[in-house]
Amino acid sequence: MTTTRWFGVTTGLVAFAAVIGAQGQTTAQQQAPPRQSVAPTPPRPADDPRVGLKAGLEDAGVAARNIELVAHVSKPDNFQDPTGGFNFMNSDFAFQGPHVFQGNFNGFNFYNVEDPRKPQLRASMVCPGGQGDLSVYKNLLFMSVEEIRGRVDCGSQGVSGVSSPERFRGVRIFDITNLDKPKQIAAVQTCRGSHTHTLVVDPKDKDNIYIYGSGTAGVRQPTELEGCVGSPTDANTSLFSIDVIQVPLKAPETAKVVNRPRIFADAETGAPNGLWKGGSHGGDTQTTSITNQCHDITTYPALGLAAGACSGNGILLDISDPVHPKRLDAVTDNAFAYWHSATFNNDGTKVLFSDEWGGGTAPRCRSTDLLNWGADAIFDIVDKKLVFGGYYKMPAPQTEFENCVAHNGSIVPVPGRDIMVQAWYQGGLSMFDFTDSKHPVEIAFFDRGPIYPDKLAIGGYWSTYYYNGYIYGSEIMRGLDIFRLLPSDQLSQNEIDAAALVKWSELNVQEQTPTTWPASFIVARAYVDQLVRSHAMTADRADALRTAMDRAEKSTGAARATAVGQLQQMATQLATDAGKAAGWDARRMKALADVITARTAQLK
Amino acid sequence: MTVMARTFVCLSLCAGMAGCHHSAATAPAAHASQLPAITDADVKFMQGMIGHHTQAIAMVALLKTRTERNDMKLLGQRIEVSQTDEIRMMKTWLASRGQTVPADADYTMMMAMPDMAMPGMLTQKQMDELAAAKGADFDRLFLEDMIQHHEGALTMVRGLMSTAGAGQDSSVFQFASDVEADQSAEINRMRALRATMGKTVTPFPMSTPSRVNR
Repeated sequence: MTTTRWFGVTTGLVAFAAVIGAQGQTTAQQQAPPRQSVAPTPPRPADDPRVGLKAGLEDAGVAARNIELVAHVSKPDNFQDPTGGFNFMNSDFAFQGPHVFQGNFNGFNFYNVEDPRKPQLRASMVCPGGQGDLSVYKNLLFMSVEEIRGRVDCGSQGVSGVSSPERFRGVRIFDITNLDKPKQIAAVQTCRGSHTHTLVVDPKDKDNIYIYGSGTAGVRQPTELEGCVGSPTDANTSLFSIDVIQVPLKAPETAKVVNRPRIFADAETGAPNGLWKGGSHGGDTQTTSITNQCHDITTYPALGLAAGACSGNGILLDISDPVHPKRLDAVTDNAFAYWHSATFNNDGTKVLFSDEWGGGTAPRCRSTDLLNWGADAIFDIVDKKLVFGGYYKMPAPQTEFENCVAHNGSIVPVPGRDIMVQAWYQGGLSMFDFTDSKHPVEIAFFDRGPIYPDKLAIGGYWSTYYYNGYIYGSEIMRGLDIFRLLPSDQLSQNEIDAAALVKWSELNVQEQTPTTWPASFIVARAYVDQLVRSHAMTADRADALRTAMDRAEKSTGAARATAVGQLQQMATQLATDAGKAAGWDARRMKALADVITARTAQLK
Repeated sequence: MTVMARTFVCLSLCAGMAGCHHSAATAPAAHASQLPAITDADVKFMQGMIGHHTQAIAMVALLKTRTERNDMKLLGQRIEVSQTDEIRMMKTWLASRGQTVPADADYTMMMAMPDMAMPGMLTQKQMDELAAAKGADFDRLFLEDMIQHHEGALTMVRGLMSTAGAGQDSSVFQFASDVEADQSAEINRMRALRATMGKTVTPFPMSTPSRVNR
């Protein structure tokens, strides 16, 4: 087989170039995008299987597409809520090895998921205070506490004093060397408590790790914590900042706040309240909250970047000096009510911000709710500036008894694509492709009916995260769900298998690290499937590649040598063609060439 | 008014920095006893805020037929949507704890008897004046009244948070935090809007909204 034969159909290249031309618009639109608050007529199919599901706590109706629930565990007894309030809500996840740490407003639970189809509760820790956002780093577990019932000693009885040394609001640090007996070794108090926090493991600093703490609640009295200032106009206000906590690895018990950077400061005057002042944007626009806090920050230390979802703005930060983050850009959006969370794509060339319109306790996915309100907004990062692409919202209308809005999600590491699986509270989970920032497309979903048929109880997914081949869902009321992906025309088995090759030893979703894939033909096959799907590769070529890969791995001796030789020629040609192409298909061709080259070198 | 009795059995289990740990096998199932007590102040805050919110919705009902301004209508819509959601939450909270849930019409009683009214609530006379106003006069009066009303809600939150032992229930804390954040922001917006209508009222403490500041 020769290169000429393999690429014999030259018209294919022409067609391929046309496809690239239609899609390849990644730059040149630097001006503020026309973000309309009234979305185009939303595609909301009345026959969506998510519509009309039966209500129930443990026996609700279920609709699923391209995903399968493989395990479900209800909350442990002492985390069940007799009153349906916030006290025992499940919250966010952290992952380490075979363990899932599930936060709760009342503490946390550890599950062993060595066999994800049979999760085992390993330990429970009662340590109330909400929201129980968790991160893990080696033997250290970090936990956010924001409520005024939080106690330094983890007690459940609350705090009776208005100002009290017993109260704890901030970030707890546990030593989990013995997983069965987590030991609190530090409790770093902060002025607004910690609603969420995010780790920064600075590649240049081997002695410390850092935590960005985001407080969203009221400011404490200075009589309780010295230096806290509640007035927004005071120069020393505790509003308009985040907490940077330094954790010395040799002495984590000495962790402390080392900076409260004014990341919202006016670039010219230095006033702390330099960003969005709160209010509507004029006309039929959303009302956007004031930027005096971040709700959550996602860091990407390898790139020296962080994205802050900061109430009234989405911001991009340079964190190459983690103690002194510097704002690179800030955007707001007239469809956003509350900038809630941020997710980079793997390349760090995009940020997806989500909007928690209604605060997560309200039904905001009804058929009457706009499809770009309470949605995600996808931005490209161009010259360290955020350039708007498009919106994404879980498309199926939900009832008025289901709290629903965009919430926490993570990247599904399919090579060659940007895919996210995201929680929408009682709107279920929705997995979508946002490779094209302007046109995100749903790939899979899972949804249950409301908890009650006639009233709203807060429930649904807090977060849905991909971890080592499975998707984990933290259900506020119902417990822990574990899923596996099913192949479809939108996502092939090869792509699912390629994602599963990525093995994290630890995963804190809001601290992103670059994903790389092994030199494997599974990865190559995923790229081939993608190129065929986007019509950038003909079926003939795809077959030729697949056959050669089969032979190279399954045969021996001369047959293997021949197949390896063919693959190397194909890789050379692919690399050449990638150079002539543009956009994602070009990148996939190049990546395909690279992975074939690397794998065939191993097979020689 | 009865306050739900809760005991503090976790006290002995939770002494010291080590926290209150249970292995899966020994975790007790006595969840209710793990909660701090609900205080009289919490219950009164929720009951009072239902009346307070209901009056805001009644004010918005007036706005719908009296204003010609789109921004005023949107303001009203936002208040109605968020406060209707919150009323539902407060009623559920009270009912599930066996507490008296005020009826929707109870706020009119508060207006009739100012001693019973929550901070910032309009008197019957103020409500009548608002109902009688028209056009630009209505808009100005509505904003002034609603600013007063919202400031009363902030007073209620501060009162709750400065009551020893109150706000310990997670739902109460979250709700009070939301009221503080939402209504103080809305006061700023209403002041800014009011400032565009002449006859300036209370000065706006922060600069006016601008789009994006890099």
